[in-house]
Amino acid sequence: MSKTEELLNTLELEGKPALIGYFPAGYPTVADSVEACVAMCESGIDILELGVPYSDPVMDGLVIQVATEQALTNGFKLSMFFDLLKQITSRVATPVLVMSYWNPIMQYGVERFAKDLKAAGGAGLITPDLIPDEAADWIRYSDELELDRVFMATPSSSQARLDQVARLSRGFIYAVSTMGITGAREDLDAKARGVVSGVKSTKTDVPVCVGIGISTAEQVTEVNSYADGAIVGSIFIKAYRDGGIEELKRTVKQLKGGN
Amino acid sequence: MTEKTHLQDQNGPYFGEYGGRFVPESLIAALDQLEETYAKAKADPTFALELDELNKTYVGRPSIITEVPKFAALAGDIRVFLKREDLNHTGSHKINNVIGQALLAKRMGKKRIIAETGAGQHGVASATAAALFGLECVVYMGEVDTQRQALNVARMKLLGAEVVPVTTGSRTLKDAINEALRDWVANVDDTHYLLGTVAGPHPFPTIVRDFHSVIGREARQQMLDDYGFLPDVVTACVGGGSNAIGLFHSFLDDEEVALWGFEAAGEGMDTMRHAATLSKGKVGVLHGAKSYMLQDEDGQTIESHSISAGLDYPGVGPEHSWLKDLNRAQYFGISDDEAMQALKALSQTEGIIPAIETAHALAGVIKYGSTLAPGSTVLLNLSGRGDKDMETVGKYFGFLE
Repeated sequence: MSKTEELLNTLELEGKPALIGYFPAGYPTVADSVEACVAMCESGIDILELGVPYSDPVMDGLVIQVATEQALTNGFKLSMFFDLLKQITSRVATPVLVMSYWNPIMQYGVERFAKDLKAAGGAGLITPDLIPDEAADWIRYSDELELDRVFMATPSSSQARLDQVARLSRGFIYAVSTMGITGAREDLDAKARGVVSGVKSTKTDVPVCVGIGISTAEQVTEVNSYADGAIVGSIFIKAYRDGGIEELKRTVKQLKGGN
Repeated sequence: MTEKTHLQDQNGPYFGEYGGRFVPESLIAALDQLEETYAKAKADPTFALELDELNKTYVGRPSIITEVPKFAALAGDIRVFLKREDLNHTGSHKINNVIGQALLAKRMGKKRIIAETGAGQHGVASATAAALFGLECVVYMGEVDTQRQALNVARMKLLGAEVVPVTTGSRTLKDAINEALRDWVANVDDTHYLLGTVAGPHPFPTIVRDFHSVIGREARQQMLDDYGFLPDVVTACVGGGSNAIGLFHSFLDDEEVALWGFEAAGEGMDTMRHAATLSKGKVGVLHGAKSYMLQDEDGQTIESHSISAGLDYPGVGPEHSWLKDLNRAQYFGISDDEAMQALKALSQTEGIIPAIETAHALAGVIKYGSTLAPGSTVLLNLSGRGDKDMETVGKYFGFLE
């Protein structure tokens, strides 16, 4: 079984909330991003979602757009990515899932990307613009290498599509909380509950985590009451941007349910 | 013997290996709904009647064909015919697609349309259709383009649209599409994304092509009826590729007709500052479809450059990528200066001021016309008029000093 799934199942059994934290590789520099990611893991996130900066991030709101644009401006290259990943996975035991738009992976080569990801200790991939229908290569290599494969479930997905996502995902299923892009929202959409129950009704064993728009400890707790984890991104980048690594650590602890 | 397949019959989601749907899951239901609505509309004779009526009484179709002998003389011993899409309401071919998609939006019960625009022609056409059909309209436009196409911004606002300048990335058409996609992901329930070119996820490349294919259908028949022959060459400028596909489509299976597409070579094909996606790009995924695109070795999109905002795009529609690989169409680059000289040439020889986008095709005919046998005939899509470009043109030629 996927280690990510094992971890989420254990937390569930212990009645503990799961927190998945996003941070972009190379932001603001490669070295800084390694320290930030390690700090997030040491401060209590359960799974790290490590973003690959991309020139055209259509699923991301302004906070992440600006951060990833800065990473690219500061010289981030895909050739640096796996070393960066390895630096993180060699220092913390937290599972690291890579979030990447599809074109960088296509250009790098799907098989090569999967192998290098595995070798660097990565747990798998979250693909915001790769739906299962277009993912034959990635499904094949992630099966061969036993990598996590996170597809998205959304409020507009038909039950047939939720079935497909549930059948083909491994690690967890990314339930999109609202129809929108990443970024903190004050009222987390009630649609999240509908998506999670739609996925759960497929009787899948794969955990379901909810993302997009989560920014407070209360929301993390609420999401964990009906799902298997909460995915948080923009608020961590804001914290780091405005208050450096200390503020980032404080925000992780706060969202994890400390104080 | 197997039956011959017709290139015209290719309807996506894939054109060869190109096309598909590389988009967030959030958009799949909307794309399915659009595909289904379009399929029903196509099978419904009242839809065709409604569209034909609007084309006739609002757009001004059929557009005429003008032979331009003095311009042709610049290109050698050939005859050149212009399909006058510049005479359509709103001044370019863009209205063909907009009217069709606005009717689909109405059928889907969507009250709000969003659009991206580069040169502003698609934005103006969208704002026009929104006014006509009583829809709310938001147009995303790169900040750079709002400056170089200020008059079109004013036109869109006059028509009642909201124009949102996009300040991320390269601040041009590609970023306007990103922003429109973000809006659509968030508002898909009540909003139709009225995509303006033959790019994007399925079914957009097919739908946009079909609504523009009226150009080639008319032109092919007009050539036969009025002149008694098909042209040897059919040509158009290519940015995203909508006006080119619109003209090419009816000729795809006329094997004796050559298809030439002219891309923006900007400051030169050997520089980094061009928009020659098919000539110089590599296969990748951008804005929801697999196609040729300008990108670096990491798959990051490279910013394109062209003096013409409408061609300043690092991607291209998947059907063009397929036609290129099949060698059914040839694509060439035309520099900023070649285009501007051709714009001036058509204005001064024939009294027709073309858009800078269109001028790339005119320059292509001047440049490559001499390779044709004497007496050859060329049909060119005069996709838009140049009024919107007068500031750029005035500065370029020193008319504003």
